[in-house]
Amino acid sequence: MSDRIFGAVGLALAIFYAFAASQIQESFLTDTVGPKAFPYIIAAILGLASAYIALRPDPEPVWPPLGRLVEIVAAVVALMIYAQVLPEIGFVIATAFAAAYLSWRLGSKPLSSVIAGVSISVGIYIVFHLILGLSLARGPFGF
Amino acid sequence: MDTLAQLAHGFEVALTWQNIGLALIGCLLGTIMGALPGLGPSNGVAILIPLAFTLGLGPTPSMILLTSVYYGAMYGGRISSILLNIPGDEPAMMTCLDGYPMAQKGMAGEALSISGIASFVGAFFATWGLILLAPQLVKIALLFGPAEYFALFALAFMTLGGVSSTNQAKAAFAAAIGLGLAMVGVDTQTGVPRMTFGEVHLYDGIDFLVAIVGLFALSEVFVFLEHRHGASDAAGKKVEIGRITPPWAMVKRCIPTMLRTSGLGFLAGVLPGAGASLGSFISYSMEKRLVDREGTFGKGDPRGVAAPEAGNNAAAGGALVPMLALGVPGSGTTAVLLAVLLSLNITPGPLLFTQNPDVVWGLIAALFIANFMLLALNIPMVGVFTRLLLIPPRILMPIVAMVSFVGIYGISGSSFDLMVMIGFGVVGWVLRKFDVPLVPVILGILLGNPMESNLRRAVQISNGDWGVLVGSPLAIGLWIIAILGFLAPIFFGRILRDRMKARRDDEGSIAD
Repeated sequence: MSDRIFGAVGLALAIFYAFAASQIQESFLTDTVGPKAFPYIIAAILGLASAYIALRPDPEPVWPPLGRLVEIVAAVVALMIYAQVLPEIGFVIATAFAAAYLSWRLGSKPLSSVIAGVSISVGIYIVFHLILGLSLARGPFGF
Repeated sequence: MDTLAQLAHGFEVALTWQNIGLALIGCLLGTIMGALPGLGPSNGVAILIPLAFTLGLGPTPSMILLTSVYYGAMYGGRISSILLNIPGDEPAMMTCLDGYPMAQKGMAGEALSISGIASFVGAFFATWGLILLAPQLVKIALLFGPAEYFALFALAFMTLGGVSSTNQAKAAFAAAIGLGLAMVGVDTQTGVPRMTFGEVHLYDGIDFLVAIVGLFALSEVFVFLEHRHGASDAAGKKVEIGRITPPWAMVKRCIPTMLRTSGLGFLAGVLPGAGASLGSFISYSMEKRLVDREGTFGKGDPRGVAAPEAGNNAAAGGALVPMLALGVPGSGTTAVLLAVLLSLNITPGPLLFTQNPDVVWGLIAALFIANFMLLALNIPMVGVFTRLLLIPPRILMPIVAMVSFVGIYGISGSSFDLMVMIGFGVVGWVLRKFDVPLVPVILGILLGNPMESNLRRAVQISNGDWGVLVGSPLAIGLWIIAILGFLAPIFFGRILRDRMKARRDDEGSIAD
């Protein structure tokens, strides 16, 4: 069943892609093939492959229980927040939080995940910024 | 002689303190990444690319660093195969079969050193193979026009799904997704924006580094979260190595095996779509058939350790041939290495050998140097690497994630790219769940634009006649190979995969 849904989504994607390709504005100065042809070919391959997947599905993949899915969604949200606040509060603080969160969710005890988060953050800061001179996000405190 | 002179020049390029240092760092990091389950050569190289890039390394030093990581990972994969019966990366799967039984018999040290020597032999001969074969391939490639190039790119996509994927439709799906993503941005030939939906950030196209790091490294983090696989596999198991120098008799017995499998592995590596996993598999199978008279394979025969290790390291070298000579990678990690070259504004392919001989020959010389370093690192210092197996994923995976962010943020300094990378991580996790191979996606993003421009150029030159795509014997030949390469796995792939699986099952259960 999963593969059938996957194929259907792929098919919808192919139709959408072909539609988006048809919306490409051609300039008056164009080559013989033009900017639309290759996207159309891609949409066709995408559509054919998706149709095949939908019609001849593979055995069902093992889906994680709901709790685990929530776990992944939560991690995605955490990382998105990290990406947004990184330039605001600086590398070291943001990274310490993000790394501690991931470590905690992977099974560290609360205290050791805090230690892991802080050491990962400071470690990366020392290696990449102080030793290798990479520019990391600077927060209000300069690190 | 010409080749030797160029190689000598390559050594001049490679033998600077900076390059030797980078090779050493690359070898160390590569071995570590190969050894740790969950960090394979492709994600290892992927998270380091943005770093090499932001550190402002030139093309030659960057390539030296990253190919050392690549070679190192091929060495490192065997360590956890032998000690824990868990392959550190995919090609090291076959090493479990005889490596772990040897370790159980108290011969872990011998198994590690024999496999280290086999890795060295495989990589050494493969590097020579690269030197001899690549210039010949370049001569052929110089005959290619746009139509032939288009056919060659098609060949790469059609064979890449190959034996690694279970379902050719899913490989085609993955390739189409990658190609589709490559189209995003301003069209280089007419200057019109495509698939950008008015988003200014997308006018430059999608940065393939962002896609690669997201698809490979971040999706791995999600996989670990899904299984809440936070404890170290080595915890609680006793990891004893014993003597690390193998008796000379054992080495001698393995020499013919190493030589044969080096050749076989190299060929497997050169073929598009096969890669190191197939190299180690066919090496092991062939040796079992040839020399296993007493039925000791699978019960801890040193030759059963030497065969897959020589095979996979030789295949790793072989896979560099099409990548450097044609600009068309044959495996996941070489696709990632291609991304390195492209992001440094170097176009691999036949012209690379004439326009940037420093890069090519410096790289080849560096491979020799790295290989000797790896031998030196891997035999006496193997104990240090085994300690690293004790690092649990609950510490390792946050590091992987954070280093990925550091690298991508270092390139552009934009939160938008980080968001795109997270998006790719999620997509990568979903595609993995559906058993859709990720390598064609990467290859599509990398090769989409050159593929399209060759198509357009070919048709333009022939005044709009699409028949030009099959207009020369060379192009027809490439199309035939492409179609065969696409169809063959449908018939043979299943059998081969079943055998790979069956062999793993009856040689004792291996935890995935």
